[in-house]
Amino acid sequence: MAETALTDHGEPAARAAGWRGIAADWSSDQRAFKNVSWGKAMMWIFLLSDTFIFSCFLLSYMTARMSTTVPWPNPSEVFALNIGGTHIPLILIAIMTFILISSSGTMAMAVNFGYRRDRVKTATLMLVTAAFGATFVGMQAFEWTKLIMEGVRPWENPWGAAQFGSSFFMITGFHGTHVTIGVIFLIAIARKVWRGDFDVERRGFFTSRKGHYEIVEITGLYWHFVDLVWVFIFAFFYLW
Amino acid sequence: MVDVPYEATVDVPPAEVADVELYHPKSWWTQYVFSQDAKVIAIQYSLTATAIGLVALVLSWLMRLQLGFPGTFSFIDANQYLQFITMHGMIMVIYLLTALFLGGFGNYLIPLMVGARDMVFPYVNMLSYWVYLLAVIVLASAFFVPGGPTGAGWTLYPPQAILSGTPGQDWGIILMLSSLILFIIGFTMGGLNYVVTVLQARTRGMTLMRLPLTVWGIFTATVMALLAFPALFVASVMMLFDRVLGTSFFMPALVEMGQQMKYGGGSPILFQHLFWFFGHPEVYIVALPAFGIVSDLISTHARKNIFGYRMMVWAIVAIGALSFIVWAHHMYVSGMHPHFGFFFATTTLIIAIPTAIKVYNWVLTLWRGDIHLTVPMLFALGFIITFVNGGLTGLFLGNVVVDVPLSDTMFVVAHFHMVMGVAPIMVVLGAIYHWYPKVTGRMLNEALGKLHFWVTFLGAYLIFFPMHYLGLLGVPRRYHDIGEAAFLTPSVHTLNAFMSVVALIVGLAQILFLFNLVWSLFKGKASGGNPWRATTLEWQTPETPPGHGNWGKELPVVYRWAYDYSVPGAPEDFIPQNQPPARRTAQGAAT
Ligand code: HEM
Ligand SMILES: [Cu+2]
Repeated sequence: MAETALTDHGEPAARAAGWRGIAADWSSDQRAFKNVSWGKAMMWIFLLSDTFIFSCFLLSYMTARMSTTVPWPNPSEVFALNIGGTHIPLILIAIMTFILISSSGTMAMAVNFGYRRDRVKTATLMLVTAAFGATFVGMQAFEWTKLIMEGVRPWENPWGAAQFGSSFFMITGFHGTHVTIGVIFLIAIARKVWRGDFDVERRGFFTSRKGHYEIVEITGLYWHFVDLVWVFIFAFFYLW
Repeated sequence: MVDVPYEATVDVPPAEVADVELYHPKSWWTQYVFSQDAKVIAIQYSLTATAIGLVALVLSWLMRLQLGFPGTFSFIDANQYLQFITMHGMIMVIYLLTALFLGGFGNYLIPLMVGARDMVFPYVNMLSYWVYLLAVIVLASAFFVPGGPTGAGWTLYPPQAILSGTPGQDWGIILMLSSLILFIIGFTMGGLNYVVTVLQARTRGMTLMRLPLTVWGIFTATVMALLAFPALFVASVMMLFDRVLGTSFFMPALVEMGQQMKYGGGSPILFQHLFWFFGHPEVYIVALPAFGIVSDLISTHARKNIFGYRMMVWAIVAIGALSFIVWAHHMYVSGMHPHFGFFFATTTLIIAIPTAIKVYNWVLTLWRGDIHLTVPMLFALGFIITFVNGGLTGLFLGNVVVDVPLSDTMFVVAHFHMVMGVAPIMVVLGAIYHWYPKVTGRMLNEALGKLHFWVTFLGAYLIFFPMHYLGLLGVPRRYHDIGEAAFLTPSVHTLNAFMSVVALIVGLAQILFLFNLVWSLFKGKASGGNPWRATTLEWQTPETPPGHGNWGKELPVVYRWAYDYSVPGAPEDFIPQNQPPARRTAQGAAT
């Protein structure tokens, strides 16, 4: 994907390789990250900050889980489904994870087609990604409903430590919110791509800045991040 | 292309980034209210922060009145006292100092000092202010709800923060936590802008190592805030759930009024870790911009280059990094494992090294300088003195064995007021005297300024220096009325009354200052573009106050660092950063 190396801001500058290159970039004027646009830099730094938020959530959950004196409900049991008479542990979560990971694939393809300025394919792939995301959130809603019917509440549950429900709703809720925001973002950008805003450099309604196809990649960064976070939640909450 | 003398283009590479497209306001509303111009946003931030800061100031008067003359003011009861300290502390630290340094000075100075036209994403920057305003309104509304604001102390320690014995348990604590969450969201939008502007939107020739220290300080503080506020965000969300939904993240099993509560299994210590993982860096979030600004004030008003610029930069970065691994020095008495105390005491003392380097460098910059005792310089000197004082008592409190008896006494209150209360406020005030001419085109009245300085500096010292002594005697903090006890000598009561009177006078001096701000706006002496004959870019703008887009048609080009004061052989005692080097010698070495 050589296209992605080109940004909207002029030609790529010649640069030294390795550490020398990094040091040269940082000590040069104008830009510390060469050929990185403002938007992309901003998204990366935001994601770093957001990483700290999720880390704090997960660490707090782990503290609660390790220090509790009452038994912790067994996730494989709690998150099992009866499908066609067979009892399959974690099946719903496995499907959800699969869907979210697949959506990262379609997102990456959308970014690629975006830089080729293929409007239709980009927009379609973004909408497919959004659809995967929406499915994920829908399945999460199903999972929440099921647990709530079984008596799980943020403050109590039938099987053990109350922090199980608290952490579960808080962490998956916070992650689900991220996915939902991502879906809205994807749809909004897909609409702009479809309409050809980035080909005619139409100005944004609020910002009055010209749009660029790069926004597809920036959306992609966010989306991959949300997927990555899910992998950690999956590992620490469901598999532990 | 700028008209650059031939030789100079050799030093300055061509522009890498096309000039930005600015948002041009179409109406009065988008020009002054929903403005996307960082300078307007800066002023909005500053005015809002000042307004809520005044509330905190008035609260400090009320607290001091109560402490100085216990029993005299029947309208201040124990509950209210707790509410006052909580709101005072939280407002001062977060809604005043953080917002003023980053949202106020950051917005105004970063684009000007790095030679940018505006922040990189002006629209997001504007949203940041409006969310901040909302946070302030939510916070202030706590004064008007049933039960009043929370009295949990600015540290909001659970379980007491959400138990019914604490005032503000109904609404106050909910509003406080919501306001904090809003503040963090708003700050993040602004903070991302500041960081990306410094990293990616500098003008030609402005390398990182040519940035004025003000920018370094604000930049590092912003990065820290982006990494530290998440912990407070998470802690606030979790405590909000504990309070509203009845979860038990922080709440252990409790008996209240003989009743077993529904809580159980949570960890109050977890909150303390989260809070101080934010809280300690927060101290440096208000200190680092102060360090940066004070360096520039000293250098400009002593007409000397800053001593050890590189060391200053590295010290700022080192302090920023180290401050993330010292947080548990606030928790020596929390009952955590003693080995942790050893670790955190060590890291705490290590931070003293870069901090001391900075103090030496300030003093060495002053050494044999051409010191002009202007008002900004006076405040800068006041900062050094109060900061050194607070730093030394910090060494006391950083050691476990010394801290344990001093913890929760007035000694702690004296320490943090010196180091993160008075010292940064000195810098804020000095900075306002320094940059007011750029913002308004007029000088602040100097006589009033000097009066303001002496009353504030001496007064603050008279309040907080004796407070150490109260702490050593064992006077506890957060006590509405210490009453009579064997360890309280009569001097304690005299001192308390004395400190309260001084506090009122210091407060009045701030009102005088506000008057000066307004009066000078209309009647102040016209300042011209560069009244202090300073080198940094913000003083070289074509217009004063700088217009929309800051620089007229062409962006400035930077040829030198920010501290070319009293260069031998130069015609003037300062050389602006955007002044090209003189002719080259045959060898090609620049003069
Ligand atoms: C004229 C200036 C000031 C006066 C007279 C003053 C006075 C006080 C008093 C009397 C207390 C309560 C002590 C106690 O009973 O525990 C207090 C607490 C506090 N003050 Fe100030 N203060 C001033 C400025 C500031 C500033 C500029 C800051 C900014 C950092 C600040 C931050 C705090 C904090 C964090 C607390 C602790 C609140 C708590 O215990 O929860 N103060 N101040
Ligand atoms: Cu600390």
